[in-house]
Amino acid sequence: MISYFFKRLLQSILVMFVVAFVSFSLFNFVGDPVNSMTGEDASDERRAEVREVLGLNDPVYIQFSRFVGNIIQGNFGISYQLKREVSDLIGERLPATLELVFVSAMLAIIIGTILGVYTGINRDSFISNVILVVSLAGVSLPTFIIGIMLIYLFSVILGVLPSFGRGEVTDLGFWTTGFLTLSGLKALILPSVTLSLFQMTYVIRLVRAEMMEILQTDYIKFARARGIKNNVINYKHALKNGLIPVITITGINIGTLIAFSIITETVFQWPGMGSLFINAVYFVDIPIMSAYMIMVAFIFVMINFIVDITYYFIDPRIRLKEESE
Amino acid sequence: MIKKTFNKIYDTDIGFSFFNSKIAIISSSIFFIIFLCSFFAGIVAPYNPFDPASVSLMDAFTPPVWSEGGSASFFLGTDQQGRDMFSTMIYGSRISLIVGFASILFAMILGVFLGVTAGYIGGRYEIIVMRVTDIQLTIPTILMALLVDGIARAVISRSMHDEMAIYVLIFAIGISEWPQFARVTRASTLVEKNKEYVSASRIIGLSNIIIMFKHILPNILRPILVIATIGLALAIITESTLSFLGVGVPPTTPSLGTLIRFGNNFLFSGEWWITFFPAIFLVVLALSINLLGDWMRDALNPKLKKR
Amino acid sequence: MSLLEIKNLNISYKTRKETIVASSNVNFTLERGEILGIVGESGSGKSTIANAIINLIDPPGQITDGTIKIDNQELQNNEEIIQKIRGKKIGFVFQDPQTSLNPLFKIKDQLIETIQTHLSLSYEEALNKSINLLQEVGIENATKRIEDYPHQFSGGMRQRVVIALAISCEPDLIIADEPTTALDVSIQYQILELLKELTKKRNLGVIIITHDMGVIAETTNKVIVMRHGLIVEQGNTKDLLTQPKSTEARSLVISVPPTNKKIERFKLIGPDGSEITSSSANLTKNIIKTWGVRQNTNQKLLELKKITKIFDDQSFTYGKKIDDKAVKAVNNVSFQLFEGETLGLVGESGSGKSTIAKIITGLVRPSFGELEYNGLSLYNFKRKYQIDKSRGQIQMIFQDPYSSLNPRFKVKDIIAEPIKFFQKSITRNDLEKNVHDLIDIVGMTRKSLDRYPHEFSGGQRQRISIARALATRPRLLICDEPTSALDVSIQAQILNLLKDIQDELHLTMLFISHDLPVIRQMCNRIIVLKNGAICETNETEKLFNEPDHQYTKQLINLMPKIESLI
Repeated sequence: MISYFFKRLLQSILVMFVVAFVSFSLFNFVGDPVNSMTGEDASDERRAEVREVLGLNDPVYIQFSRFVGNIIQGNFGISYQLKREVSDLIGERLPATLELVFVSAMLAIIIGTILGVYTGINRDSFISNVILVVSLAGVSLPTFIIGIMLIYLFSVILGVLPSFGRGEVTDLGFWTTGFLTLSGLKALILPSVTLSLFQMTYVIRLVRAEMMEILQTDYIKFARARGIKNNVINYKHALKNGLIPVITITGINIGTLIAFSIITETVFQWPGMGSLFINAVYFVDIPIMSAYMIMVAFIFVMINFIVDITYYFIDPRIRLKEESE
Repeated sequence: MIKKTFNKIYDTDIGFSFFNSKIAIISSSIFFIIFLCSFFAGIVAPYNPFDPASVSLMDAFTPPVWSEGGSASFFLGTDQQGRDMFSTMIYGSRISLIVGFASILFAMILGVFLGVTAGYIGGRYEIIVMRVTDIQLTIPTILMALLVDGIARAVISRSMHDEMAIYVLIFAIGISEWPQFARVTRASTLVEKNKEYVSASRIIGLSNIIIMFKHILPNILRPILVIATIGLALAIITESTLSFLGVGVPPTTPSLGTLIRFGNNFLFSGEWWITFFPAIFLVVLALSINLLGDWMRDALNPKLKKR
Repeated sequence: MSLLEIKNLNISYKTRKETIVASSNVNFTLERGEILGIVGESGSGKSTIANAIINLIDPPGQITDGTIKIDNQELQNNEEIIQKIRGKKIGFVFQDPQTSLNPLFKIKDQLIETIQTHLSLSYEEALNKSINLLQEVGIENATKRIEDYPHQFSGGMRQRVVIALAISCEPDLIIADEPTTALDVSIQYQILELLKELTKKRNLGVIIITHDMGVIAETTNKVIVMRHGLIVEQGNTKDLLTQPKSTEARSLVISVPPTNKKIERFKLIGPDGSEITSSSANLTKNIIKTWGVRQNTNQKLLELKKITKIFDDQSFTYGKKIDDKAVKAVNNVSFQLFEGETLGLVGESGSGKSTIAKIITGLVRPSFGELEYNGLSLYNFKRKYQIDKSRGQIQMIFQDPYSSLNPRFKVKDIIAEPIKFFQKSITRNDLEKNVHDLIDIVGMTRKSLDRYPHEFSGGQRQRISIARALATRPRLLICDEPTSALDVSIQAQILNLLKDIQDELHLTMLFISHDLPVIRQMCNRIIVLKNGAICETNETEKLFNEPDHQYTKQLINLMPKIESLI
């Protein structure tokens, strides 16, 4: 068991290293960091100075280890455009994104799984067909359009929900949260619904497909032949088998949500990492871009690691395969 | 003779399924119409909105023909620069479709090639390809495309970037979609590889390349086709999202996403149609492709027992 | 009052084009203490009947007419009653133990759940009952093993668990659909004995569905023969097997390879009911001219020297691990093959026989050992297969007719491809003539050349496979379980065809099978394999009449013999 975890841990660290390297290359070989810091028309002396300060004259591996060392300590450099410490910027904006993603993830997974199971078991019912049609629309509607539509409906026409910002947030020192104020919660509604919709429909379809396939297996047929009641078959036997892929995609799910939050944050002017990143791309602000890459990679890798561990405890076949090695 | 081919297609499982599914017929028709319109944009669109000579600021903000102040010469109204909405949509969809098709084609060729070779050859090559695929699959398309785009911007100078934007976009979206193809292709290849007709070919002495591309590939086209269709919808949505965010196609050749971005600024001030119509158009396009892909997936799935 | 009474049962499927009749006018009864066999070739409708009794026919099939009564209670199409009866009065055993059990639940949970569904017992009581059941079906260490998951049991053990589940609620009727088809001969024997024992002990009525006449002979009291959904004959097993009346029954009985003697050709019954004795020899006279006459020199054609194959992958066979956790699929095997003979490799699953075939044809590399063909080494020092040394002279036909032909190729292209590969500059006319000859040899019409594989039956596809194998004019033909997936009368046809081809074209054959009677009929010499190693080698008749090794004796004793009754 320990070797299983250890292997996964090692893989995770390896991935992080690769990401760090790509990020590092971004910094040093793409564009000119000196230019960005000093501006186009600085003197040669000034440039040489900056080069020295930035440590650009050292051999690559030293620069890289310095880079990694900085990262571990949380030092991502200084934004070209905003002229502030990137780590500060991230610190300010991370809670906003994480709260948004968390709420959306809950919505997508819980509602998605419930609807997916229902449509998988009751293949032909009217409600199932309605759900499926709506889910298809969810996949075809780009997130930004959903956002715009919801804003138009709830903010412009009905005027009940805010169309931008986080509302009032409570400062907890290292974290700012919108959960504790009414306006904070109100502000969360539209963005999280927008963000979760795409993922929700994906979950519905996946769970449905899984359930349908499982309900046709031999072991389900055998259970029926033994007289086990339909409800028990559907909700105990089939469901347990059907939930396994849901766990796998949860990892990917959260990753996708983080990515799509870029769009949602832009549409709703939500002060999170996503809008920070988009600006960075537009202005070619490399420190922010590379920091974002690393942060996101870290979150992905962590989530995948947790998913792997959960998988281990749920599927006995994996447990025994690993133990017998 | 047409009747004969029609009967032949109708006789196959897929053909029968198609002609009996209203959804399949409707969605493919819609898609086909949009496709033709954008292909023959010059003929279909009443104006060429990107020809500065035909555009006049005087016509700006004209509402659709059925609203007060509307005009019959601009059926769906005009945008903030006086361009006819209908025409901009037709030309816009052309850009969306071009980027969509090209990127999926690129992803398909790359992904299928890597998938088939990885599945058949195996060994370290397969492990490496699959690891890369796994890692890339955890990165959502949008993010991947943004990253590639961002790097491109940093590398290519600003002015050149506008010219190259479409190619960069196609490359970016294509690079983010290939793992889907690779994964499905490899899985199917593994299944075929174990079948005895492959063993028989090996015993005859046929070369690996012939076995992979002449024997195995024709048998795994079905799932690839499904992924390609659904991927096309995703590519179009991705492109429009990137354009909406401002990092997609340059504003001189706007796609549907760009048009929506333009119109978004005027949503609250009452000129809703500038955003609304391109948005609807985009959704209809994506929906029709998705419906088609959905039907295809069910029709081509041998495991689902037909009722 | 009979335990089970079926009257005028009609089942049909509505497809998009037509209505297919799966069974019509089926009548039979079953009493307690009786074992009834339902036999018939694939597609005869036997499984459908079984599924109908518990109302689990796959849609879109449905019962259109007739009655099914258990202890005089009508069941057909009454889902409510059936739900209560399933498991409680009727127990069902499916064919494949691998897929019958839910992989995520322990055996304990699956047993207790079933028991508590029908009987009002507490958890403790149900647990005790479950342990007793496992012991009754012959699982040792039941108290410990009940905590295991399905994949921790071997195939035979799993089937025992399935049987335990089926009898857990004290049913009166057990239906077993091909219960031993997926199992080895020795395990098959044990399972059938178990079923017989349970029948006696608990006074059950049992229905066994199978295509294996030997199983029928040794296990059942009554038998029903089905064809195309109709019962063509039924009656007392002994009577039916010794004096079958209907064409179908006669065909089944007569095509079964005898286990007690060697005959020249397998017997067949033609559609008009008379015996077919003619051979296809006259078809091949033309081809011999183009083929070139070969002398039967009796020289050594193939030699294996200490061939060993170790697979690192755990999933290869179930649990056979030796010392350093490596699975030796083939263990130090050496033998010679002489021109003109038919050598048989016989063994159960995991014996290594298929792996040996794959090593000979280069599909799998040996870990150790040498392989020589015609004196030339086929594996160089880098263990790479030197296919140019054998140049198409070694060919193989495979077990599964449904995956051995590329579904996207027309038949003529399948056969032409190897010819074109070896004769790159062959003219179109010559190629066509070659292909025509080959399709003639295997007894199929020229029209088949323009069709696709899916338009043909299993037996026809095997013929196409044979034609493809012959296309490169091989000297050595390896047959890897070529008829295991075919019905018994089709098997007889294909084996006759192989015999004829061998005679006319002077082929050397390596025949691989787990089916002892078939091996006896086809081979001059036999090698018996177990767990990758050779147990015994001898000439066929000597092996069967005076087996030496313990394992050989066991195999011969346990194989189901139709002659046990005759």
